[in-house]
Amino acid sequence: MDVGFSSLRSEAVGAVRTAMVSAENLQLTLKAELSQEEQALTHIRSNPKEAHKAGNEDLKEMLESSKESLKLEAMKRIVGLIAKGKNASELFPAVVKNVASKNIELKKLVYVYLVRYAEEQQDLALLSISTFQRALKDPNQFIRASALRVLSSIRVPIIVPIMMLAIKEAAADLSPYVRKTSAHAIQKLFSLDADQKEQLIEVIEKLLKDKSTLVAGSVVMAFEEVCPDRIDLIHKNYRKLCNLLVDVEEWGQVVIISMLTRYARTQFTSPWKEGAMFDENNEKAFYESDSEEKKGHTEEKPYIMDPDHRLLLRNTKPLLQSRNTAVVMSVAQLYWHLAPKHEVSIVTKSLVRLLRSHREVQYIVLQNIATMSIQRKGMFEPFMKSFYVRSTDATHIKTLKLEILTNLANEANISTILREFQTYVKSQDKAFAAATIQAIGRCATNISEVTDTCLNGLVLLLSNRDETVVAESVVVIKKLLQTQPTQHSEIIKHMAKLFDNITVPMARASILWLIGEYCERVPKIAPDVLRKMAKSFTAEEDIVKLQTVNLAAKLYLTNSKQTKLLTQYILNLGKYDQNYDIRDRTRFIRQLIVPSEKSGALNKYARRILLAPKPAPVLESSFKDRDRFQLGTLSHSLNSKATGYQELSDWPAVAPDQSVRNVEIIEASGSDSEEESSESEKTSSDSGKSSSGSEQSSSESELEQKKKKKTKKVPQKKSKPTAADRYSEIPAVCWSLRASFFFPVTTSSFGPVKTYELLHHMTGKGLAAKYHFPRQPCLYQPSMVAVQVILSNSSDHSLEEIHIGDRSPASLSIHCFNTIERLEPEASVTVSMGIDFSDSTQAANFQLCTKEDQFSVSIQPAVGELLMPSSMTEQDFCKEQGKLQGMNETSATITMETANASSQAISKQVLSVANVGVVSSSQNNFSRFAGRTVSSGALVLVSLELKESSTALLTINTEKTVMASMLLRDIKQALTQA
Amino acid sequence: MIHSLFLINHSGDIFLEKHWKSVISRSVCDYFFEVKEKAVDPENVPPVLQTPHHYLISIYRGKLFFLSVVQTEVPPLFVIEFLHRVADTFQDYFGECSEGVIKDNLVTVYELLEEMLDNGFPLATESNVLKEMIRPPNILRSVVNTLTGGSNVGDTLPTGQLSNVPWRRAGVKYTNNEAYFDVVEEIDAILDKSGTTVFAEIQGVVEACVRLTGMPDLTLSFMNPRLLDDMSFHPCVRFKRWESERVLSFIPPDGNFTLMTYHVSSQNLVAIPVYVKQNINFFETGSCGRLDITIGPKQNMGKTVEGLMVTIHMPKVVLSANLTATQGNYTYDLTTKVLVWDIGKLNPQKLPNLRGSLSMQAGAPKPEENPSLNIDLKIQQLAISGLKVSRLDMYGEKYKPFKGVKYLTKAGKFQVRT
Repeated sequence: MDVGFSSLRSEAVGAVRTAMVSAENLQLTLKAELSQEEQALTHIRSNPKEAHKAGNEDLKEMLESSKESLKLEAMKRIVGLIAKGKNASELFPAVVKNVASKNIELKKLVYVYLVRYAEEQQDLALLSISTFQRALKDPNQFIRASALRVLSSIRVPIIVPIMMLAIKEAAADLSPYVRKTSAHAIQKLFSLDADQKEQLIEVIEKLLKDKSTLVAGSVVMAFEEVCPDRIDLIHKNYRKLCNLLVDVEEWGQVVIISMLTRYARTQFTSPWKEGAMFDENNEKAFYESDSEEKKGHTEEKPYIMDPDHRLLLRNTKPLLQSRNTAVVMSVAQLYWHLAPKHEVSIVTKSLVRLLRSHREVQYIVLQNIATMSIQRKGMFEPFMKSFYVRSTDATHIKTLKLEILTNLANEANISTILREFQTYVKSQDKAFAAATIQAIGRCATNISEVTDTCLNGLVLLLSNRDETVVAESVVVIKKLLQTQPTQHSEIIKHMAKLFDNITVPMARASILWLIGEYCERVPKIAPDVLRKMAKSFTAEEDIVKLQTVNLAAKLYLTNSKQTKLLTQYILNLGKYDQNYDIRDRTRFIRQLIVPSEKSGALNKYARRILLAPKPAPVLESSFKDRDRFQLGTLSHSLNSKATGYQELSDWPAVAPDQSVRNVEIIEASGSDSEEESSESEKTSSDSGKSSSGSEQSSSESELEQKKKKKTKKVPQKKSKPTAADRYSEIPAVCWSLRASFFFPVTTSSFGPVKTYELLHHMTGKGLAAKYHFPRQPCLYQPSMVAVQVILSNSSDHSLEEIHIGDRSPASLSIHCFNTIERLEPEASVTVSMGIDFSDSTQAANFQLCTKEDQFSVSIQPAVGELLMPSSMTEQDFCKEQGKLQGMNETSATITMETANASSQAISKQVLSVANVGVVSSSQNNFSRFAGRTVSSGALVLVSLELKESSTALLTINTEKTVMASMLLRDIKQALTQA
Repeated sequence: MIHSLFLINHSGDIFLEKHWKSVISRSVCDYFFEVKEKAVDPENVPPVLQTPHHYLISIYRGKLFFLSVVQTEVPPLFVIEFLHRVADTFQDYFGECSEGVIKDNLVTVYELLEEMLDNGFPLATESNVLKEMIRPPNILRSVVNTLTGGSNVGDTLPTGQLSNVPWRRAGVKYTNNEAYFDVVEEIDAILDKSGTTVFAEIQGVVEACVRLTGMPDLTLSFMNPRLLDDMSFHPCVRFKRWESERVLSFIPPDGNFTLMTYHVSSQNLVAIPVYVKQNINFFETGSCGRLDITIGPKQNMGKTVEGLMVTIHMPKVVLSANLTATQGNYTYDLTTKVLVWDIGKLNPQKLPNLRGSLSMQAGAPKPEENPSLNIDLKIQQLAISGLKVSRLDMYGEKYKPFKGVKYLTKAGKFQVRT
């Protein structure tokens, strides 16, 4: 009966809905106009329509004025109209004229207008297209991007080819921001004209290869919208996407993770093996039974996780710490659907954390936890208290928490949970109290130990003052008694006594059914109840009437002596009831139980039909079958399939070819830069590569190793912002970097390091110091020469506070080493200093101090140490040499030791004397060296022309003539001596 | 993804609509209104609704509904998180997120919405990036703009959009360089009738206000990072360093932001700063009841408890309250049946007490359950978990910033069952 009603009602509701939908499809033009008129009426009393027009006339005038500020004001008012949902379409011609305005805000507002109304005014909208086409070529990436954004947002079919062209061009743009915009435009074009699919897929394929983190999220979104089935496009980009993931902006992360979840389910084999299930035996049911046959195949060989599968799990894990709840949820669902069972629990804490977020977030997260907790109690049990209900929670949150608590209940914690439930039953929110009673019922059926306790508790609730609570208790008790029909006649009697006071139909019906079902256990009470019912039959609700008829029939069969007349009476009443369900039932029952000539066969079975033992109802979670949907999806939340929901496929029995994900190694040199512009991002990806290649844990397998090589060309950023990570290193190394940028070294300068004595241990009272020139760019300042000092303590006591004291000349700039607090006996320490010698060999005098003493020391550099190698080609060398003739040239003919005659030996000797760079020479008899002075950066060119019989012409060209002569002397000495 | 957005006020008027794809008639909201009518309390409206052709995902904040329309499958949290981000942005721009303020700044709001989504997919949601594109309103600028015809819209692409540090704008300059951190902890607790703790935990958040020139690189370390059990970070925090060294290393966004939120490990016992002695009785006859509440200090680490407030949602049958408070004021709202007792500072020598009688509707049955008490309190200069910031270092810039840390403990969802 009630079924009939509800179906009728749902039909009616359906009809109304469809009507509303069709109205909605018609854009409800009627209503919109009406409301406009209403608006006008309220604002202006006299002649609404004209007044309305006048208002727009006014705006039109403002738009056509020459004053920028007036136009802007007008546009602002128009945007205000749009925001309020009022129609401003008649202003289109006036507005569109301003599309090429110089004022950026005005332009933007015009764009807003254009996007809103272009669909309605297609012809006029075309006028603006040329402006955008021009802007697409603008040197400013921002303008290019915004032009593409607006162009693609204008839903005018005629410009599809133009859009296609623009998208293709933008997809190859140098700016990643423009490329990102083009990825968005792909989706817009696709929704405008699905025929362009093939061409768009080509663009998507191209953009998927993009290495910018900016583009990744948007292009995957386009992929999901246009061609989610083309999983083959992902193969080559899979590892890159996994590695980029941490650096993609948060919204992109969500999209990429959900796409990769789908991908992984098609490409990898199931990690859910029996072996991995050991700790969760009780919850195995679902997936196991599904994959019964599959197991047959895989059981033979042990499961080894695909390294790519592992890569995905590893790279998503840090995102559990994201502040964005959507990201955390998407990682959680990824682990749920992809990770081995024992790893899933790492997401628990993060999910529980989300419960402290906004109410709406709680709602979604609780829904997902409810589904998860059915299969895996263990995951959330330690956090049970986080699901305790507060009186201030919204009703839907309360019910979800209750659901989860019920799912989590087991033998160990049931007493705690029941105690908690007792508080809830008393809640002022009666709907919630009723839900709690149902939950108690579920706990009672699931955990046999507490069934009796629960039943007693529920019986106590029967005396509750609130009707809904009592009714719900009756219904639940009925279900519970059915599961254990033995020895409960007391409760049934108690309920029969309560019967008079209970008015809720469902509860009354339940009691009647119970008495009927177990009438043999309460032989005295049952006929009495029937008697009462016969009295009040006409006034009862339908559902109660039906159960009364049932009770009468059952009593007629078991105790016909006492109840025959009563039954006849009730059946007669039912025969003329207004409700056809009841009339039907009465007729049916009469035929069944009252013997007559016609009925015959059925009559014999009446007892077996009516008093058959009935299976107990199963009380189970409403989230039981939600796991057919992917967690975290809209479909899961609604528990019905949403438009565009992508089914998560089952694991393949045999893994598809793994090698499809391999990427060819591209030569590291410059090929990266084919598309990349000079924006920071390129350098970041380059150096990301060098820094993190080694981070990969090499423990996995050979494949892992292989992959490591392959992925090297992709930036692997694990730590949060990699660019930022490098940033912190800069202060330490920047000077050295800068120095080596100024003086790029082609040949490494080598040679034996000469060590000089700075302080003898006798004069230094035990402190000895030696120094040498490491010939490295100085870290502290490019104009300084780096000096390394080795301090050693040869005394028998430790020396303290070794530092540099006064210096002379006073202007001498020295970068001192940090004070050495303590130097133990026999210990030594190397420190670096920087000294600016100002390109002279004048000694740097300073004091080396300890806590007690001061020692004057001096460092006198050899002239060759004041130089830095300089790289140049032979041509450059000759050109520079040509400029440094005359006064700037010093030369001498020398006779060399025969051992030094080869050019290699010459290089060695020269480099040992001076810190210069070798210039590669095409002529055998010429050796050339180039350097710059450290302090002023003046060029020093050394050339050596070999003549016959080991004589050679040594020439030095430099502005620093003093240095030249000194250098000449040193080199000459080195070459002539053995 | 997100098709349209409607902003709806408390009384059910749509006062702003924005469409990122083709226009959807506002009649779609009727389904929402239907549910809203039924729900009585706006908080009870389910966030996700299904209509024949669309799905409605909504949030309720500051007495406003942000209702978004989607047409296809999308993670609902994605939309919810985004809507909250929109509300946060409004808050950030205009100081509050209310109908009046949105109506006053309609054009700015529209420009913001335009930038935040492209084709329904989030484009720029970082406050630092948005502020470079659309400048927040202030009086001085609006005066200058009207005189010079300047605009609130930036004409270059914010560098944040392109860099690996998208949350920070470039070229930040301050004369006073300062970095302040607020460690705010909330105690969530449920106490039962006898005062024993049913459930208690501490949530914390580190709010930062950083005004530093250039591109500073900060490192914040704690004395006792082991206390922290579970946390979430602003994207600027380098997760690797936290994993290995337990320090927060980051290049901060400019201005105010939430650096991290954390949860204190449940092994630690939570100190409950106050105890509550309460006695609420409803009499079987005479349709009246008694109420007697006393609050005293418990474990408050020697600090004063301030801003003490007790909120009680009374049963529907309670008509009026005739009470006397030894300290503070109480109000009883007859329509919402909410009793609020604003105590203020807790004086340990003279414990605040509220007592008196409640009168109930004649003839109505005595309420089944006593109402629970919600406690609100504040303790300055104390993080109840004992968490302490040990130091803040700055790299990458030469100047010396002014640094400060403030601690605050608050009651979160602190409930006493009666």
